[in-house]
Amino acid sequence: MIKPTMQDRVLQTVLYGVLSIALVVVIYPLFFVVIASISDPVRVNTGEVWIVPLGLTLDGYREIFTDDQILRGYWNSVLYTVFGTLLNLVLTISSAYALSRRDMVGRNLIMGVLVFTMFFTGGLIPLFLLVRSLGLYDTFFIMILVMPNAVSVFNIVIARTFFQSNIPQELLEAASMDGCSDFRFLVSVVIPISGAIIAVLMVFYAVSHWNAFFGALVFLKSESRYPLQLILRGILLSHQLADDMWVDDSDALKHQMLAESIKYGVIVVASIPVLVLYPFVQKHYVRGVMLGSIKG
Amino acid sequence: MIAKPAGSRTGGLAATPTLAAPRRSIGRRMLQSYQLYLLVLPTLLYIGLFVYAPLYGQIIAFKDFKPFLGVFGSNWVGLKHFIRFFTAPSFWRLVDNTVMLSVYQLVAGFPLPIILALAMNVVPSRRFRKTVQLVTYAPHFISTVVLVGMLSVFMSKNFGLVNHVLENLGGERLFFLGQPGYFRSLYVWSGIWQDAGWGSIIFLAALSAIDPELHEAAVVDGATMWQRVIKIDIPGILPTIVILLILNTGRVMSIGFEKAFLMQNALNLERSEIIATYVYKMGLLQAQYSFASAVDLFNAVINFALLLLVNRLAKAFGQTGLW
Repeated sequence: MIKPTMQDRVLQTVLYGVLSIALVVVIYPLFFVVIASISDPVRVNTGEVWIVPLGLTLDGYREIFTDDQILRGYWNSVLYTVFGTLLNLVLTISSAYALSRRDMVGRNLIMGVLVFTMFFTGGLIPLFLLVRSLGLYDTFFIMILVMPNAVSVFNIVIARTFFQSNIPQELLEAASMDGCSDFRFLVSVVIPISGAIIAVLMVFYAVSHWNAFFGALVFLKSESRYPLQLILRGILLSHQLADDMWVDDSDALKHQMLAESIKYGVIVVASIPVLVLYPFVQKHYVRGVMLGSIKG
Repeated sequence: MIAKPAGSRTGGLAATPTLAAPRRSIGRRMLQSYQLYLLVLPTLLYIGLFVYAPLYGQIIAFKDFKPFLGVFGSNWVGLKHFIRFFTAPSFWRLVDNTVMLSVYQLVAGFPLPIILALAMNVVPSRRFRKTVQLVTYAPHFISTVVLVGMLSVFMSKNFGLVNHVLENLGGERLFFLGQPGYFRSLYVWSGIWQDAGWGSIIFLAALSAIDPELHEAAVVDGATMWQRVIKIDIPGILPTIVILLILNTGRVMSIGFEKAFLMQNALNLERSEIIATYVYKMGLLQAQYSFASAVDLFNAVINFALLLLVNRLAKAFGQTGLW
């Protein structure tokens, strides 16, 4: 390698600078939320806290973890995420595997029918009417069926590409010589050697269930079924503007400040499952995006 | 025993490769792999019911939908709902809000992931690059509700960090959440904060596909790093850039419902009411099913027309199109 020139070194320094700024800009808000959630509400809301937590307290978290509404929402979200993701995986893997088989007659036609829906989807209103007429409105099932959908065509494309390039044809031939059926081959051969793609799909789907908000807004009525995101909306956003009116009474102000700083704790609690999971699966996840490339 | 892949029975173990196997009738081959069809069936049923049926259901945009008559029984009314929408006083404001918000997002948000990817690709320290990636991808996983919640705590007029900083710098506290003028910038820049890192993945992938020999040859010829970025890297990822630009432009009208809806409040409605939130309100809150469907359909058609237009333009400029 030839020694970098002066000009190159200047450019590199500039780029390090730019990327470092990007790093700080992205990480600081997240960092601030965390320190604000464990600081004294008054000191957060008067602007004293900004680098280190001040007046350490877990009052906010105590409020959060004793709030029935939040706990129920959390539990609901866990259920929707677990069952929703299971259904997603079953549908995606089975159809993607079948469509990856070159000996399947008409697979291109089926693929076309599926891919068409990536560009054209039915409108919100007809979907709503359909769900209501099927008797699925305000049920557990609707939360794992639509928004996010029970199967994503994009993910089928990714999984199919993976199967096509990772399951050797010889394996299939050998297995079927021994009288192995397609079902059995999928369950006992394909799935055990496809851990990487299954991990990617699982994270894709689980995150979309955990973060989903719109489906619950449209299709649920009973508060007892609300997922966490819908509860969060009530806590984080319902008093958006009221917070910005000055309150004179000091007791009320204190109360308002506590309410304000509970928000930081709520943000942490709601985001922890995905953010903790994320560094472990990041590599797989990125690979998944690249497999499905182009579509953005 | 039933489902053997074509070829394995006649071909035997050694000699005949799969492709050379004698062709059997299509019917028999399908019968033989019936299990494969069973594997796709649930997905097809699902897509048929929850995607294709609502797609067909869009015809209520041309009908006067009455719940007791159903989608099929309701009367045809032609373009009545469309005309009502086009002549509504809010029509231009809705179109304007939707288009301006998306165009702003596209213009401000599109170049940043590219710049980020180019920069990450050039810095020599692998470890630093990994750190930047790990950190900048993270916000992508935060939910829209939480993101908007963060916006509202950071931007709060009396308690928010941003206003504390403004005041300390000697400025005035600003009412970010309640003044319509700030809506678009808050929407777009919080989106960039969340997704610029994630968006760079695809460009990094494209950059890693560039032949390293090009760079080696350029270095031997005395090209500087800057010249190599301009002359090798950027042309190398140009096809990816163009395709993504087409796709993003094709989505200009389908800007997300969730975030705009969550950021809406009584004071910023004049800017934050976009077509998607209007459809939700008209259709689901006011039960004007046919009218809302017409609005939705109008949006989808404009969107698709834009996609076609940009695709055509890209081809006219000698770039690869989508098809």
